[in-house]
Amino acid sequence: MKRLRYILRRIVQAIPVVLAIVVMNFLLLQLAEGDAVDVLAGEAGSATPEYIAQLRERFGLDQPVHVQLVRYVTNILSLDLGYSFRQEMQVSELILMRLGPTLLLMITTLVIAVGFGALLGILAARGLNTWRDNLISVFALVSYATPLFWIGLMFVVVFSIKLDLLPASGMESIGAFYEGWDRVLDIAVHLILPATTLSLFYLAAYTRLMRASILEQAGMDYVTTARAKGLTERAITYRHILRNALLPVVTVAGVQMGGLLGGSVIVESVFGWPGLGLLAYDALFSRDLNLLLGIFFVSACLVVAVNLFVDILYTFLDPRIEVG
Amino acid sequence: MAAFLARFLRNRSAALGLVLLAGVLLLALFAPVLFPADPFSLAGKPMSPPSPDFLFGTDTLGRDVAAAIAHGAVTSLMIGFVASLAAVLFGTVLGALAGYFGGKVDDLLMRITEIFQTIPSFVFAILLVAILSPSIQSVVIAIAVVSWPPVARLVRGEFLSMKSREFVQAARTLGMSDGRIIFQQILPNCLSPIIVAGSLMVATAILIESGLAFLGLGDPNVMSWGFMIGAGRSVLRSAWWVCTFPGIAILLTVLAINLVGEGLNDALNPRLRERAA
Amino acid sequence: MNATSKSRSPVLEIRDLQVSLPTGGDRLFAIDGVSLDLHEDEILCIVGESGSGKSMMARAIMGLLPGPMVFASNGEVRFEGNNLLAASPAHMRDIRGSRIAMIFQEPMTALNPLMTIGQQIDEVLRIHTKLDRAARRQRVLAILADVHLPDPETILSAFPHQLSGGQRQRAMIAMALILEPRVIIADEPTTALDVTTQAQILQLIKEIQRKHKTGVIFITHDFSVVAEIADRVAVMQGGGLVELGKAADILNRPQQPYTKALIAAVPSLRPRAPSVSGRREEVLQAVGLSKTFSSGGGLFGGRKREVKAVQDVNLTLRRGETIGIVGESGSGKSTLARLIIRLIQADKGEVLLHGTDFLKLNSRQVRSERKRIQMVFQDPFASLNPRYKVGHIIAEGMLLRGTPKIEACRRVNELLDLVGLDRKSADRFPHEFSGGQRQRIGVARALALDPEILIADEAVSALDVSVQAQVLRLLADIRDRLNLSMLFITHDLCVAAQVCDHIMVMRRGEVVESGATAEVFAAPKHDYTKALFKSIPGRSWIAAKDSVL
Repeated sequence: MKRLRYILRRIVQAIPVVLAIVVMNFLLLQLAEGDAVDVLAGEAGSATPEYIAQLRERFGLDQPVHVQLVRYVTNILSLDLGYSFRQEMQVSELILMRLGPTLLLMITTLVIAVGFGALLGILAARGLNTWRDNLISVFALVSYATPLFWIGLMFVVVFSIKLDLLPASGMESIGAFYEGWDRVLDIAVHLILPATTLSLFYLAAYTRLMRASILEQAGMDYVTTARAKGLTERAITYRHILRNALLPVVTVAGVQMGGLLGGSVIVESVFGWPGLGLLAYDALFSRDLNLLLGIFFVSACLVVAVNLFVDILYTFLDPRIEVG
Repeated sequence: MAAFLARFLRNRSAALGLVLLAGVLLLALFAPVLFPADPFSLAGKPMSPPSPDFLFGTDTLGRDVAAAIAHGAVTSLMIGFVASLAAVLFGTVLGALAGYFGGKVDDLLMRITEIFQTIPSFVFAILLVAILSPSIQSVVIAIAVVSWPPVARLVRGEFLSMKSREFVQAARTLGMSDGRIIFQQILPNCLSPIIVAGSLMVATAILIESGLAFLGLGDPNVMSWGFMIGAGRSVLRSAWWVCTFPGIAILLTVLAINLVGEGLNDALNPRLRERAA
Repeated sequence: MNATSKSRSPVLEIRDLQVSLPTGGDRLFAIDGVSLDLHEDEILCIVGESGSGKSMMARAIMGLLPGPMVFASNGEVRFEGNNLLAASPAHMRDIRGSRIAMIFQEPMTALNPLMTIGQQIDEVLRIHTKLDRAARRQRVLAILADVHLPDPETILSAFPHQLSGGQRQRAMIAMALILEPRVIIADEPTTALDVTTQAQILQLIKEIQRKHKTGVIFITHDFSVVAEIADRVAVMQGGGLVELGKAADILNRPQQPYTKALIAAVPSLRPRAPSVSGRREEVLQAVGLSKTFSSGGGLFGGRKREVKAVQDVNLTLRRGETIGIVGESGSGKSTLARLIIRLIQADKGEVLLHGTDFLKLNSRQVRSERKRIQMVFQDPFASLNPRYKVGHIIAEGMLLRGTPKIEACRRVNELLDLVGLDRKSADRFPHEFSGGQRQRIGVARALALDPEILIADEAVSALDVSVQAQVLRLLADIRDRLNLSMLFITHDLCVAAQVCDHIMVMRRGEVVESGATAEVFAAPKHDYTKALFKSIPGRSWIAAKDSVL
């Protein structure tokens, strides 16, 4: 019950953030050359004059800025993100279509990155300054410095072109029309390269963070207490240090969700993964600013939601967080 | 200073990073001498593989990949440095004000920071460059705008803990003004983490810049590593070298800066290193 | 006192123990050639100042030295027929927690924040016994009751942050006690606690030790705690053993000059003679000062919490007079000092300096008036900016006020002479000085502006007892020579007795008792003040010592 109230409070706290993002969207629109309707419809090139007139009226461009702002905010909050002339579809509909693949990619990436990152971090910290630690640290260092799009292309060269092991693009084999488990398997095979590419950088980040976090926790007083109880080093690491060391990793994983979405633009465009990122890439090239703004808004909301989830998760992980 | 340098260089990976970074800097410095021709100009037969004439081959339009790498070094380092500097300055001022004054100022500034941190930074950068139209300035602005929040948080945290330190309270009891306390008492004690964060940020900024250029959002008049890779991806099957070498250049540069940044961290915070060793 | 302990055979024999430190430090050994016995059913206090090696003794016995650079390089620790220094890691693990247990200084950090008290105590049983879940639970509940924790069922499922400091230390003791070890090592177990809590924990340790006939090694820096609890005493200095003997002998007839000096430095309970005669000019008057801290709240912040840190406090300070503000942590004594000096903005009340309200001045006026009240801080390491040289730190206030550099330099030299530091100190950085020296620098900085009022906020509590006595003497001396008025904030009644003419006792933001020091010491009126006096460790020994001098 207490926790439910806490969750409700956090949701209420997220509202101003979402509002601020809408306002930011509006300001960006103001920043673009020409008035909003030029941007919304003019650049699309195929808007009818009637629609343009209708748009001008709807946005109230003859009205003062604050009235425009209010209208814009109401529109967005009623999930009316406008119309994309290039794609000849409602922006919200387009985004909804592409959300699934992106979420699949995100979640897979997050699981790989946090899971393996934590594991490698533990392995490195447990064998501090041995060859194992050095190898993991070098791997993390190099992965941390590698541009996503380049390693993606290199994976394509090696695994698709040279070895012909994995598909280089798309989410499903075209024209195969698999069903059931065959389809799941097909998607999974397509997922390997993009998810690996996207997770590499974050895997490196979590490995380094986990290693540092474990080393920090290992110097804490409660570890000495555990030793004084007669626990083995192994038990101390897994029963005492690990949970404490995971807390900062969870925090950072939430914070980096935004970065992950940004990375998906690149990875999806490299691998032709039909998600929000690819949609953004297409919108960029067709100069479909309204669609781009819509994607921006939705991905920001996604981050807000993930942060909310992490906050709630945190109350289960750390009893010191007051939910009351 | 000498002791600091000795401590820094004793760290082998930091020394390696410094050597690598010096190499990239020299390459950037001598790019106009080594490759005096415009890197966009046609240099030889399109898509010729690496050879003594063209060390890293040529691309689809016959541009020299090696020349592009040398000229791209200038772009990457310049944009990375300027954008990071701007972000560090802005983040430091904001974080210092929030941490030092606390209360409502802190609430307001940190809410703003939170919002900027929530926004997916790379998507935001894409939008900014798309709206401002691609140019060096807009790329720098976009990177700086998405990079400052972590610095602001870091500096705020430092100021928050320094503010309650007794030497700061002593300065206040001596009648020192807020400005002097911020700049003369607290800031010098926070410089190490800011320098470290700033140097690591240069690496991230270079990654963002190359990503933007890869998506075609770089300045069309300036050669850039990301642009080369973006331009070469269509010929990945037939001319692997066009993508491969600029990518290695990015990798090495970013790696070098990260190594130097971490070396700085170890050298500036000797206590941390001892505990880790 | 237990007089028969000598006849029993020792449970723990330490022979020629030597602990090496990393090369390149200022010392080769943390402990050098110490031999000690611990008997069954006795409390052996190892007492020494910081750097004496007393804590290293505890770690060495437990096999918990922070190796590989710090290790036992020579000697033996014999326990139940084995040399623990040569025991295998597996054997040591069997002993730790079951045959030899340990209690630490800071129970907050010594407990895992993510595990309940029950889980953490249960863990000891899980490793060392084959009891089933229900039996273990019964044992844990029983031991929690044994250490007098209220409502063991609740404590069992509580997390460390939900308990008070005293309760946490009781839980730690329960954890150490649960398998009835033959030896318990307590490393400064009451140093982080308030005096009233300390008295209860000392009582508890004594009680369980007698009940289970345990051998206890009790490590402390505080001779009054020794007087309260010890059967035998070992005095350490610089890694060596100075003196070893029965508590009564060491406390009342110390042989070694070092022990004598340490005992002499223990503050007496006899209040100083009032220095102010007649009614002097009032220099500072605080009227109705109040401050409430609130956290949370706001538009979306959830439940709002309020702490009344200071409530309606009045005080009058006269020229040349010292008022002691005494209280435990959370009493609001430091907040009060910061309200007066305007480091924290008061909610209500006035601070009158020569009739003008200091709290009503605008920021420019405050900056110039601040020279009248200066402050000496608690932490000698945090109170000096590490980036500046000592000369600059002392001169800063004068330079701010436009004093020419040459004049300021001359004054810095004067001040260094006054606080008993070498003039060359001005050219060195704070980290080159010891804690006591830094505190002297802090005093010099405070005096640089010729203040009328000096506020000393726990100015000696972070110092070793011998240094503490020196700094106290310095403060009293300077006050008398410069005719300063002083507000002396402390948690320690004995320290207050040394320097204060008046005493104000605070609890939870309120002044519960105030009066002339001699009167308060002779006949405390308020129950809380009485409890404070009763909690002073070793007070009968201190009183006896006072009457001899």
